[in-house]
Amino acid sequence: MNPRKQGGSRWQAWTASTFVFALLLAAWWAASTSGWVSRVFLPTPAATLDALRSGLANGELLAFSAATTTRMLQGWLLASLLGIALGAAVGVSTQLRAYLQPTLEFLRPLPASALLPLAIAIFGLSANMVLAVVAFGAMWPVLLATVHGLASVDTRLKEVAACLEMSRPAVIFKIGLPNALPDILAGMRLSMTVSLIVAVVGEMIASQQGLGQAILLAARSYHANELFAGIVLLGLIGFVSNGLLALAEKKLLRWQTP
Amino acid sequence: MTKLASWLKPWWVPLALLLVLEVYARTVGSGSDTLAPPSAALVAFGGALRDGSLVSATAFTLGAAGLGLLVGGALAILLGIVLGISKRAADASFFSIEVLRPIPSVALIPLSMLMFGFGLRMEFAIVAFASFWPMLVLTQSAVRQIEPTYLEVSAVLGLTPLQRSLKVILPAIVPRLFVALRLGVAIALVVAVTVEIAANPNGMGYAMMIAQQSLDPALMLAWLAWIGVIGYVVNVAALRLQHWVAHKMGVAT
Repeated sequence: MNPRKQGGSRWQAWTASTFVFALLLAAWWAASTSGWVSRVFLPTPAATLDALRSGLANGELLAFSAATTTRMLQGWLLASLLGIALGAAVGVSTQLRAYLQPTLEFLRPLPASALLPLAIAIFGLSANMVLAVVAFGAMWPVLLATVHGLASVDTRLKEVAACLEMSRPAVIFKIGLPNALPDILAGMRLSMTVSLIVAVVGEMIASQQGLGQAILLAARSYHANELFAGIVLLGLIGFVSNGLLALAEKKLLRWQTP
Repeated sequence: MTKLASWLKPWWVPLALLLVLEVYARTVGSGSDTLAPPSAALVAFGGALRDGSLVSATAFTLGAAGLGLLVGGALAILLGIVLGISKRAADASFFSIEVLRPIPSVALIPLSMLMFGFGLRMEFAIVAFASFWPMLVLTQSAVRQIEPTYLEVSAVLGLTPLQRSLKVILPAIVPRLFVALRLGVAIALVVAVTVEIAANPNGMGYAMMIAQQSLDPALMLAWLAWIGVIGYVVNVAALRLQHWVAHKMGVAT
């Protein structure tokens, strides 16, 4: 708030933040070491760290993390491309919107994971099946954001485009998509979160190599420390991907704030 | 006539798709274990309605989602108000929240399975975790955006923090709380169904999974469509509620 004190207060905030986080870790340590919470499902921080270290050292956890991250990124890229392309096709025409938007709005709240049984029936238990469901589930936030962004183009801009006799592709690429960019980027961030979730669920159900399968197996064999190691890695993947996208959003949207 | 035509517009695409599926499943794909004609799905839906599995599975899923939302939402609102009032508390917990928030909710499915076994508790715990974070963030920002004069008045009146929370802050953030609730409802339902599909042998998600595994595509499609309808209805209801509350509280949305 107060610009004069900002440097000092930011430093203070970070110390307090670190302190609270350390307190949480200490609580975890106390609860697990004292046996107050059963070790069957709450391993000690040291055991978790141990599982992380040995899993990363023998390359197993690294391979799982890479598999899950790849699945997430591939699904997300597919979802973004499909979402923007379909969204642009639907959003640019008022006629098409009238026909398609209600159907799209109806499909949006459908849980992506609900498509897994259908996809299993059609494609079988394969990596591509999981990828298809990830892409399909993560497509909606981008698609609807693109439709909305294109539909909300200022009337005056439309008039300018008409005056300049711009072709339809030119309208989409020079006016529509830039106007939709903030919406699209927000949608892509949400879609990254969805991608990670669906990728993990898909790995659990279809037994595809990855962290999802790893933590399920760890839980089934009562290896709580390996389970926690997997959860930590999944949290890290979510944290890093979200942080990078937030950064990219800030960079790409710099033109919005003068 | 034109009114009827514009009213019909949203229905053409879904009807055409259903017709294509019907024709395909009755000709090329007849006897398939993966797809069934929509008419057969409708029959299967009637069967599920009669034998009571439809009602009980739907009740389980909605119950788990609602309970999880209630617990997660209540905790989120409490903590959100504290973090919204006190800048110091918000600064201190910032890092911990940012570390815990990105953990995908489904990563907790195996953990919840270990802790609670199968059933209602494991599902609603995950729903509570999933709906907690977005509602926390929205509540916190809602408290931050309260008109400062309200807080000054409560300071002048010498209200205790509890009185201030109940009499000034809570009423002031109600419209925004319902925005958060709408988001929470959508997340809760998706997470509940996901947990059922991945692990918990209860509810709509499991019913659908079992229909697929017993090679009954008609029943599977019936469940898929039903889950879609429930999701749509619940989301629309939450949106209506949000607008209604905003209207009652005199906020323009």
